[in-house]
Amino acid sequence: MRVLILPLLLLAPPVMAEEIWVTNELDDTISVIDAQSLEVVRTIETGERPRGITFAHDGSVVYICASDSDAVQVMDPETGEILHDLPSGEDPEQFALAPDGQHLWIANEDDAITTVVDVRTRRVVAQIDVGIEPEGMAVSPDGAIAITTSETTNMAHWIDTATHEAFANTLVDTRPRHAEFTKGGKELWVSSEIGGTVTVLDVATQAEKAKLHFDITGVHPDQIQPVGFAFTPDESVAFVALGPSNHVAVVNAQTYEVEDYILVGRRVWHMTFNADGTKLFTTNGVSGDVTVIDVASREARRSIKVGRFPWGAALRP
Amino acid sequence: MLYATAGAILLAVLACATHARAEDLPVPIVYLRQQVERPPVLSDLDPVPEDEGIAGATLGRDDNATTGRFLGQDYQLTVLDVPVGGNVLESAREALALSRLVVLDAPALDLLAVADLPEAEGALIFNVGAPDDALRDGDCRANVLHTVPSLGMRADALAQFLQLRRWTDVALLAGPYPADQAWAEALRRSAERFGLSLEDDRPWEFQGDLGRTAQAEIPLLTQDLADHDVLLVADEIGDFGRYVLFNTWEPRPVGGSEGITPVAWSPVLENWGASQLQSRFADLAGRPMRPADYAAWAAVRSIGEGVTRTGSADPADLRAYLLSPDFELDGFKGRPLSFRDWDGQLRQPIAVVQPRAMIGMAPFEPFLHQVNELDTLGRDRPESGCSAFER
Repeated sequence: MRVLILPLLLLAPPVMAEEIWVTNELDDTISVIDAQSLEVVRTIETGERPRGITFAHDGSVVYICASDSDAVQVMDPETGEILHDLPSGEDPEQFALAPDGQHLWIANEDDAITTVVDVRTRRVVAQIDVGIEPEGMAVSPDGAIAITTSETTNMAHWIDTATHEAFANTLVDTRPRHAEFTKGGKELWVSSEIGGTVTVLDVATQAEKAKLHFDITGVHPDQIQPVGFAFTPDESVAFVALGPSNHVAVVNAQTYEVEDYILVGRRVWHMTFNADGTKLFTTNGVSGDVTVIDVASREARRSIKVGRFPWGAALRP
Repeated sequence: MLYATAGAILLAVLACATHARAEDLPVPIVYLRQQVERPPVLSDLDPVPEDEGIAGATLGRDDNATTGRFLGQDYQLTVLDVPVGGNVLESAREALALSRLVVLDAPALDLLAVADLPEAEGALIFNVGAPDDALRDGDCRANVLHTVPSLGMRADALAQFLQLRRWTDVALLAGPYPADQAWAEALRRSAERFGLSLEDDRPWEFQGDLGRTAQAEIPLLTQDLADHDVLLVADEIGDFGRYVLFNTWEPRPVGGSEGITPVAWSPVLENWGASQLQSRFADLAGRPMRPADYAAWAAVRSIGEGVTRTGSADPADLRAYLLSPDFELDGFKGRPLSFRDWDGQLRQPIAVVQPRAMIGMAPFEPFLHQVNELDTLGRDRPESGCSAFER
């Protein structure tokens, strides 16, 4: 029988398992989770203190902010081999890959600078002065605007990607952490960790359009610290990680109302969906695990042990 | 700090000239320091940096200037340094003529004299050097806010930790200096407040050179102390306490001024973004950040946050905003910091540390409060004898 089956298997098209890649900040590793079996299938070594992680749009390489190595590492996801480093400026923490797939916008946390790197030529295209402790990075869907949020200056800096100059600076609540464009680039959402809010800004005017507040029974407001967030593929719902409150908020992205809170691991930080948006994976820094949330039922289904202080998460395309 | 000419004043203007424009809102801040005599100590291991406090204020100015660059605000810091025996009131008048926002590093009596100057009326003074509880109590002043935690706040943090660990029987050795005595009194008060039992309470009177003889002397000096779980030392000038550790008759942890210490800031803090503040400070000052630097940084950052949010550098506007529920400062200690509107004290977590790591961050979870858990540290509203803040 074996003789018959083997050739058939070899002929079948290769089915690549869906993978979630998680950076472990204090282990200098990446844990690769199989999104079906929900198990860690590989652990890959990285540079020092890996935080931000994002894949090239075609999945050919993965970019990793190795903060204490002062480098963005470019890795072959097949082999786990570091192909080369990109010049990143000092202490890169987070980045966003522009829609063109060519320009990587990097927040240099210790230097109050945003660095733009061309991933093909591996050269720094521009460095832009921003506020202190830049962290959140986002690029608009049309590639025209890049956003840096600075944690100590408490601002979202709006940068024209053509001129590499900031054209507006918007004050938000204390310690802005993460930024995302939504609704076709018409809205920008910014989370404020110490302020405890998410500010919704109108992109055309850079003015505040709405502000999300969170309230969890039995949890002191000081412990509700919004950090990473993500929109479902249809952009109708946002999931917001609330840090040491150990909860993720479910927000209606049309009405800006918080509809639910989901208990996850300790100090929930960033998150990513699987390809069809049915499962959400959150990194829980203090408990050293990843919570898998069933998006339809809004329930935590599984905890997956990863390395020490999981930080970023990315779906391998 | 030693200066050749007594009565001389070191004047330095640390202006951010590169980005300043004519239409910018000027925000001048004066850092006024009255130097104090430091008694000699047994060990030379830990000299006090000359720029202690000043470096923290400078970093705060730099942090503010980055935001100010985007908003058209020009922060300037002028340092007035009064040597031991110098005339602090004269310098205070000079400071108040330069700016209505003064960061003051001076002992309590000098602070009160400055705050009560006619020139200080309507100014806003930030106390970064005097931890005395009386300044948050009957001796409070409406024009003084405190970013340095009171002794009571720090002692309460330690008492909470000891209660949490159920190390409830304590003994106390108190040094002879006024700072030792004040700290010992704060420890006694906190012990009672949090249900610790003070089993023994003795003055420290030994005169020898413990650097050579600690191993022989300390066991004998602690042999007849009443039974205790933890030995507290009040040695705020850093004289004898360091030799007590690991030389006690009974194997007991040491806390207070040495060993397990409650502090506003420490180089061992690295969570909640603290490592970024630490590295910014180390780049600027070439040394680790100390509690006095943190208090000065927090004062200047509070001014910056107030100016940013109100668009005004007027002391009355700033005072109203800083005391309002809208103000919050990210102090890199995991919770927003704010000012108590009954005594002007910056409420803040207090780190309980040992020299190599943070042990915990007070307030600790079991200690609840009906309004804000940070108010379990120090004099709470109903306990305060301060009336200057009543409206």
